[in-house]
Amino acid sequence: MSLGIRMQFTASRGGFTVDAEAELPGQGVTGLFGRSGAGKTSLLRLMAGLDRASHAYFEVNGDILDDSSAGVRMPAHRRRIAVVFQEPRLFGHLDVEANIRYGAKRADAPPIAGFEAVVEMLGIGALLARRPGGLSGGEAQRVAIARALMSAPRLVLMDEPLASLDRARRDEILPFLEALHADLPVPMLYVSHQQEELLRLADHVALVEAGRLSRHGGLAEMLADAEAFPGEARAAVLDGTARATDTEFGLTEVGTAAGPFWVTALHDPGTPLRLIVRANDISVSRTFPEASSVQNSLPATIAAIENEDRATALLVLDCRGQRLFARVTTRAIARLGLAPGQAVFALVKTAAVRKAAGAASVPVPA
Amino acid sequence: MTAASIESILLSLRLAGITTVILLLVATPIAWWLSNTRHLLKGPVQAVVALPIVLPPTVLGFYFIAFLNPAAPLGALWVDVTGSSLTFSFTGLVIASLLYSLPFAVQPLQSAFETLGRQEFEAAQTLGASRFDAFVSVIVPLALPGFVSAAVLTFAHTLGEFGVVLMVGGNIPGETRTVSIAIYDYVETLDYAAAHTLSLVLLVAAFTILLATFVYNGRRRSAT
Repeated sequence: MSLGIRMQFTASRGGFTVDAEAELPGQGVTGLFGRSGAGKTSLLRLMAGLDRASHAYFEVNGDILDDSSAGVRMPAHRRRIAVVFQEPRLFGHLDVEANIRYGAKRADAPPIAGFEAVVEMLGIGALLARRPGGLSGGEAQRVAIARALMSAPRLVLMDEPLASLDRARRDEILPFLEALHADLPVPMLYVSHQQEELLRLADHVALVEAGRLSRHGGLAEMLADAEAFPGEARAAVLDGTARATDTEFGLTEVGTAAGPFWVTALHDPGTPLRLIVRANDISVSRTFPEASSVQNSLPATIAAIENEDRATALLVLDCRGQRLFARVTTRAIARLGLAPGQAVFALVKTAAVRKAAGAASVPVPA
Repeated sequence: MTAASIESILLSLRLAGITTVILLLVATPIAWWLSNTRHLLKGPVQAVVALPIVLPPTVLGFYFIAFLNPAAPLGALWVDVTGSSLTFSFTGLVIASLLYSLPFAVQPLQSAFETLGRQEFEAAQTLGASRFDAFVSVIVPLALPGFVSAAVLTFAHTLGEFGVVLMVGGNIPGETRTVSIAIYDYVETLDYAAAHTLSLVLLVAAFTILLATFVYNGRRRSAT
């Protein structure tokens, strides 16, 4: 049995063509990232067996679901691919519990999670006897996630499950998805055009552009890629360990290869953490900032300056061998006389922090 | 009420009941196909299904007699197989009613399926339900008001059918003499009292059925 997700789909529908080929990791969360209309949903529907491709090969961890050259096309209901759509798509005639058990009742494979555990993780225990019609958008989407997980899937597809929710509801569900990520024994493909969701959930990123999977790689590698994530979206990923806490101010010091970082929130010492630092959250100073509100000042060297447009440029900083990105104005470069090779201090205002939970080293199929 | 009147009522109820049951089974796949397909034949099929709404019942009845009388090839085949004629028989009435009431079964179902869309149907399949399972366990309960409307309209429409029955069935007591034929008959023979009684029965029955349907569908809508 070979691990990994191998796919090749060619399909046309209403003038839009999908022509996607990729090998993605057979575990962890892979973010399918791309702008609206890039073909993310079309690709997902082909994988789920909801639409037909003119040519298809699709293999998930050794099981072949599509092989059109051999005449193989598994029907959607036998694929064991659970889908969380943009809308909850709950069954209005069943209560929440019956919705969640709908797939479980029909599953002929061992479950990947117990009913109680899923219900508790998603915080929907109080809703079980309710009808979907009376749920809020966030509650309904959590029920839809529970229903998908309980269907004993071999692969979970999530199609922008937070897109139809407002900011507050999104923030309500993201922690559940992060918790899910740590426990999920099957791979998940997570479609989004929100970089923030990818930063918090994805181990691996595949870019979807005009119906093609144009490139993919580990989260750190992709975030540092100027073509994949230009401008303010560029980000550096630093893996580290919580070392000490400041309980008075609620901060944790994280040791990373680039140096120590103070991050908000308390984490037990020894917890492996992953820091994601976006280009917009770093500024630079030529002198050590004595009186600054910024808590993290790391000595660094300017490795390169990439001009973006007349007003902004991106500094690539070398911080003890780690790359960081800082987006600054061209005027600042001129006034401070910044140039490659120069020593500066990288002032990191904030970093997104994730529990690494072993996800830092997802093997990529060879 | 006379025995003959009661017999005609029971016959009409039997005809409407049988037609409704068969037609729901036949119309469901047609309506599902129409609500999901982009096939070239969708337009023509829809037009054929809707024909009985605009055609005079006498036209339908005329073609029925033309093709299914014992002297015509199809009608002769039926006589060979079953030993009885389709014209002037209850079986013939059932077949004619199936055609005559088809749009009243198909259209409410098609509209219910189209309103529902495919979202839940797809979700059920990704959860391991075969298409048939998904249809029975998700689409039917969600489209229940559509099924109720289809059943009620088919039943009521068949109950009130006149022209086709007259052409195809004639006026044989217990076989083809339905309520509407009986009323016509009573009026022809100037027995206004009997006509009045039967008419009132039909009026009250139709009103009650429709009222019950509207109340049921209204309640369901406000419940979800």
